[in-house]
Amino acid sequence: MAEPLLEVRDLSMRFGGLTAVDTLCFDARAGEITAVIGPNGAGKTTVFNCITGFYRPTTGSIALPAAGGVRLALERMPGHRIARQARVARTFQNIRLFAGMTVLENLLVAQHNRLMPSVANGLLAVFGLGGHARAERAAIERARFWLDAVGLTARADDPAGALPYGAQRRLEIVRAMCISPVLLCLDEPAAGLNPRESDELSALLRRIRDGAGGEPGCSILLIEHDMGVVMRISDHIVVLDHGRKISDGSPAEVRADPAVIAAYLGEDETTESAA
Amino acid sequence: MPARAGVAVALRDAFLSALVALGLFGAMIGLKTDVGPSSLVLTPRPWAVAIAVGAVFAGRLALLVWRAWRPAGAPSPRRLAAAGHQAGRYLAPLLLTFALTLPAYGGRYWLDLGILVLTYVMLGWGLTIVVGLAGLLDLGYVAFYAVGAYSYALLAQTFGLGFWTCLPLAGLLAACWGVMLGFPVLRLRGDYLAIVTLAFGEIIRIVLLNWVSLTNGPNGISSIPRPTLFGLTFSMEGGPGSVADFFGVEPDISQRVIFLYYVILGLALLTNWVSLRLRRLPLGRAWEALREDEVACRALGINVTTTKLTAFAIGACFGGFAGAFFATRQAFISPESFTFMESATVLAIVVLGGLGSQLGVALAALVMIGGAELFRDFAEYRMLVFGAALVAMMILRPRGLVSGRTPSVALGTAQEISADLVAQGRG
Repeated sequence: MAEPLLEVRDLSMRFGGLTAVDTLCFDARAGEITAVIGPNGAGKTTVFNCITGFYRPTTGSIALPAAGGVRLALERMPGHRIARQARVARTFQNIRLFAGMTVLENLLVAQHNRLMPSVANGLLAVFGLGGHARAERAAIERARFWLDAVGLTARADDPAGALPYGAQRRLEIVRAMCISPVLLCLDEPAAGLNPRESDELSALLRRIRDGAGGEPGCSILLIEHDMGVVMRISDHIVVLDHGRKISDGSPAEVRADPAVIAAYLGEDETTESAA
Repeated sequence: MPARAGVAVALRDAFLSALVALGLFGAMIGLKTDVGPSSLVLTPRPWAVAIAVGAVFAGRLALLVWRAWRPAGAPSPRRLAAAGHQAGRYLAPLLLTFALTLPAYGGRYWLDLGILVLTYVMLGWGLTIVVGLAGLLDLGYVAFYAVGAYSYALLAQTFGLGFWTCLPLAGLLAACWGVMLGFPVLRLRGDYLAIVTLAFGEIIRIVLLNWVSLTNGPNGISSIPRPTLFGLTFSMEGGPGSVADFFGVEPDISQRVIFLYYVILGLALLTNWVSLRLRRLPLGRAWEALREDEVACRALGINVTTTKLTAFAIGACFGGFAGAFFATRQAFISPESFTFMESATVLAIVVLGGLGSQLGVALAALVMIGGAELFRDFAEYRMLVFGAALVAMMILRPRGLVSGRTPSVALGTAQEISADLVAQGRG
């Protein structure tokens, strides 16, 4: 079994009187696709926001190993440093592309930190100094690699907002991949996709997990409602309900878990016996 | 049959418009107060009302007819943007050539007007960095203009420093104030940001007005030194060390005006070059990404704080340069020159020009500042024409004169991005 990459321990998030996430513990293992599922309002997106620094959890810890054997405490890092140092990338439930910028520009913005180590360097580049041109060529090559991977190379110079919905989803995923993450957090990537696009998405996510074409593999944490996609590609599933973990295991184990069935279908006696 | 029904609908629509006009103008135009023998008397003016209402009726009808008979292949926004892009390719070099050669055939009046317009072009280009690229609505840009002007005036008077030494210092000081403004407003967006920047601009002006021991208060600072050309002065007396003496020509006031004209032209072009260059660099791209979606920027590891602060600082820096130039040109500054009206004018130039468009800003400055000067003879009608022009602009081209966005990088050929896709920035 692979070693744990992300360790979430006793994570709680309260908004006033509402407890969205309640003492949650789970691991996401390296080289695997971990899915977080649960009914609407179970606290899945809140967990994501805690991991990626958009919320500061009320209590608990989120640890991620980094280079040199250090363990980064994500719950104490600001959002942009989680992406930059811990290399945790994310996408959003409602697509957040830079709509007025081209597809290629979207991917270059994602490589901002690689292109611009410091503001001073960035200002030097105004005068063509600081080796910027070479760095930008490399960034464009990396962007082209990912565009090839999702079949968007032909649309590289179109504004991102003009792409069809499915292409926008794919673009958001490869934009996140351009920061070379160790953990990719996807918030409902299959929402609104047709069956063919869902299949393509599954293939893409497997490819990202296993790594290809010189890119190292990347672990994936996934929120998804499309059970077809979840069961097909997940190595490990965590089920939440009302902010608590109710099940944790392989797709087959989770599917057979009575607690999961109860949460999804309701705890009615007749339903349970019918199931 | 549909055509006749259409005519009936159009006539009814026009009649209703005329009715509204009658209600509006009936009292306002129809009744005139005159001084009577003992008190004011009302003079009815039915003909004036009839003309106004008739004009509304005919105008509305003409508009509806035009809409119905408009050729089928009406230009789409995308084609308009492409056409604007095409025109821009020729218009920009043409304008630049005109600006470079103006002193050859323009008189003193035209040069002074040119200096005024170019100052606003430069301010517009500086503010474009903050408002157009980073999408941060700044209503207090005049504060940095004031900081630049007072920096130069005070440094020159207290330490006897020359214009060319003070110019970078003025820019630097304005940039510092830009960062100081930036820190408290980092978390604000949209309207709230606008209000705080507006207040900041007023604070600077009121401090300048009341800190009499440093700034001489409302009396302002006078006899600010003029700029020199490599140490040569532009004095009227001629004499050793003056430009006239060095080149062996008669001293003439126009020499200094021409020199000032080229200084501001150079400064404006520097602003333009730096912002065009920055747009193609990671920093500029991060600004635009910030305007498009701040949350996504954070998720991609962009430090939103420093990115916003650099936008404020660099925008303010060019405001400071322009301020230093203003001080040396006028040789006299007082807080009166840095009112909110200046901020509003510069912002109007940026918005009318099209957010983020360099050519649009230049054109808008030319029309607004140059146009306002030319219409000076019409005195009271000037603001009326100005307001009508603004309204017409916002109806016909709501995203500014040159509204498309040119991509900063392309794999193949870059195409203009139509304005309806580009965000306007909410913070």
